[in-house]
Amino acid sequence: MALKHVNAVIIGAGAAGGIVAKELAVAGLSVVLLERGKWYSPFECRKDDLRNQRVTALGSAFGPDDERYVRVFVDANGQEHLVRPSEGNYHNNAACVGGGTFSYGALAWRYMEKDFRMRSTYGAVEGSTLEDWPISYQDLEPYYEKAEWEIGVSGDDSKNVFRAPRNKPLPMPPMPPSREHQLLKDTAELLGLHPFDAPMLRNTVPYNGRGACMRCRWCVGFACEVDAKNGTHNTVIPKALATKNCELRTECVAKEILTNAQGRVTGVAYFDANDRLQEQPADLVVVSCSATESPRLLLNSKSQLFPNGLGNRNDWVGRNLQGHAYAGAYGLFDFDVYDDLGPGASVAVCDYNHGNPGLAGGAALANEFIRLPYNFSTIRPPGAPRWGAAHKEFMRKWFKRHTAVHGPVQEMPVFDSRVQVDPKVKDYWGIPVARLSGLNHPHTLEVAKYIALKAETWLKEAGAIQTWLKMPGRGLSGGQHQAGTCRMGNDPKTSVVNKYCQVHDVDNLFVVDASVHVTNGGFNPGLTIMAIAYYASDHILTTWKDRKFR
Amino acid sequence: MKKSNRLSRRKFIKLAVSVAASGSAISCAGTISPWRFLSGEEAQIVEAICGQIIPADQDPGATQAGVVNFIDRQLVGHLRRHQKAYREGLAGVNQTSLARFGKKFVDLPAPQQTEVLTALDKNEAPGEIWQQRSAKEFFDLVVSHTMQGFYGDPRHGGNRDGVSWRMVGLSYPPIRGRLRYDLTKPAPKESA
Ligand SMILES: Cc1cc2nc3c(=O)[nH]c(=O)nc-3n(C[C@H](O)[C@H](O)[C@H](O)COP(=O)(O)OP(=O)(O)OC[C@H]3O[C@@H](n4cnc5c(N)ncnc54)[C@H](O)[C@@H]3O)c2cc1C
Ligand code: SF4
Repeated sequence: MALKHVNAVIIGAGAAGGIVAKELAVAGLSVVLLERGKWYSPFECRKDDLRNQRVTALGSAFGPDDERYVRVFVDANGQEHLVRPSEGNYHNNAACVGGGTFSYGALAWRYMEKDFRMRSTYGAVEGSTLEDWPISYQDLEPYYEKAEWEIGVSGDDSKNVFRAPRNKPLPMPPMPPSREHQLLKDTAELLGLHPFDAPMLRNTVPYNGRGACMRCRWCVGFACEVDAKNGTHNTVIPKALATKNCELRTECVAKEILTNAQGRVTGVAYFDANDRLQEQPADLVVVSCSATESPRLLLNSKSQLFPNGLGNRNDWVGRNLQGHAYAGAYGLFDFDVYDDLGPGASVAVCDYNHGNPGLAGGAALANEFIRLPYNFSTIRPPGAPRWGAAHKEFMRKWFKRHTAVHGPVQEMPVFDSRVQVDPKVKDYWGIPVARLSGLNHPHTLEVAKYIALKAETWLKEAGAIQTWLKMPGRGLSGGQHQAGTCRMGNDPKTSVVNKYCQVHDVDNLFVVDASVHVTNGGFNPGLTIMAIAYYASDHILTTWKDRKFR
Repeated sequence: MKKSNRLSRRKFIKLAVSVAASGSAISCAGTISPWRFLSGEEAQIVEAICGQIIPADQDPGATQAGVVNFIDRQLVGHLRRHQKAYREGLAGVNQTSLARFGKKFVDLPAPQQTEVLTALDKNEAPGEIWQQRSAKEFFDLVVSHTMQGFYGDPRHGGNRDGVSWRMVGLSYPPIRGRLRYDLTKPAPKESA
């Protein structure tokens, strides 16, 4: 039975979906926000080293659960594996109100101007679908600012000479430096680099009615028990609900987007918290399920007019799955660098994002988030014993005397790295699951090597007595920085949505999340996803005022 | 080392009474085990392997930290999918030590135990079970579970009293306003 008609259904209450819900609800539209996960309170969540969103040895803390969710992963040799969310090859992000922003590390980057013009800057790269975005940094600038002020960003990038122009500074000052920060900052300056305080979606002073970070050891992958980490769960989603125009329905799993004989979207079919199939009619639908789940939902929405799924006339839905090829280095010191002041990542350089000789793109480099003892138990120089007395001695001797610098290397998109729906395997609700396959582009690995060596130089200059590289593999990228699978573009033949995130041939259907990224920058993607969500909402509202999508 | 061993054993026997009362811990051999999944003999092998992976020195090792308890508990919890690997793999460890030294693993002196484990690690271990199952994969599994049990949260049954955290120089219990949790209770969603 169909539920009461609303103006808009937004599927997924993550980084992008939460923002779109708030923008539309504040403008007066009636909104239903569907989220498959739960709404956790930051205070009820434990700091569990083995069960969080980054270390999932005993499961993922913020969903999805291993019992009801599964995917098919095709490895480099073409072998299929059934994978559960707590396994790496599932390429999970999260399933809860706030999506990834509930437990992320909260680095808050603006991409650089060239990140939107990769093809014009570097030319074609063989075997890659490298392309320019149909929008520019300037188009997004006001929306980056809106995200920084409304969600809340701290930091100070005034010393970053490579940064793209901004109209307003960040709303909050940076954190006082940790010992590691001070050491790496001074060293970077000696090397002639341009270090600065990395931007963070984290309160360093009271902001938005919540307190400041207390600098604990457990940040990335965890909920913040003092609620100082800013995501959509504690900013825009409460604002959306306060308008009374938005209803948030948790533990609701969208099954399919419904269309009529005219090829327009009429609503969403979903399973509610009691596994009952419901139909929510709406004037427009926004898909914000993340770069692996949004294409899955489009591909699962088949009808006579859309036999290959929505938006998929030209077989581009699910293509170009990318993430970041993390590269960096570890260093051991003969003095303590660790002072137990979280969250860890704090000092960055953008000297290697672009202009690397003979290479397309690069990465921002920064110190890593705190590595907890269990994480450190697998961090070893090549050839060092993994177990036995020597393992233990290594832990004891180096835990407080090691540090790590790394960066998210911008990837060359690959057409055959992709999300499909599996023809056989279904989830708990009987919905065909995502099937992931593909490899990283070889050039991405060349850039990664270059970046890793730069990180090593930085650590050596800082006084490391032993260093070694951390290199990504050839395997498929995606994971927590997943992006690219419903590309934004002007040509419907080589993209899924137009420059306003509107599906090319269905005017009342939008995809707003990391899926629309053409390329993924040499930075963590969160703030860009948020900026795009504000930007796309503006367009939706303009069209709404015009003709209400009817 | 011996002493704390015995102490923990006694604690586990106490536990056995309650587990056995619920009728759930009959091992393969039909004898009653104080453990949830492992038989008494298997638990001894695990304990010996863990003791090699993270031996006691000036700081307690995996055995003293209760890693066997962690592994056993998780084998009926989140790591349930590895039950078969443990059942067969632990038998395989004995096959290897019998083939190499004519004795069961727990009866070997430490240097010979190390040799057996090194053979598993190199995937060069004799034993029938290793024809069907990779010795190295099994050993890697036990290594990672031992690391989890030793360096993870005490609430999961290992890292007793935060020994590993104190060993690396981290305060335990943690400081700076982080004390509102009761670390002794399992997390709400955990099955164990
Ligand atoms: C541990 C961790 C650390 C991270 N650190 C950083 C960082 O420091 N900086 C940074 O920029 N980024 C970071 N990220 C990445 C960042 O969180 C993601 O890039 C971002 O959240 C993606 O936004 P999204 O809107 O595309 O998807 P998400 O935020 O994943 O939101 C999608 C939502 O849709 C829901 N959903 C999916 N399918 C359905 C369905 N069928 N029905 C109903 N609901 C559905 C999901 O449950 C989810 O809540 C991190 C992520 C994690 C997990
Ligand atoms: S480091 Fe700060 S923001 Fe992160 S979880 Fe701890 S208190 Fe919260």
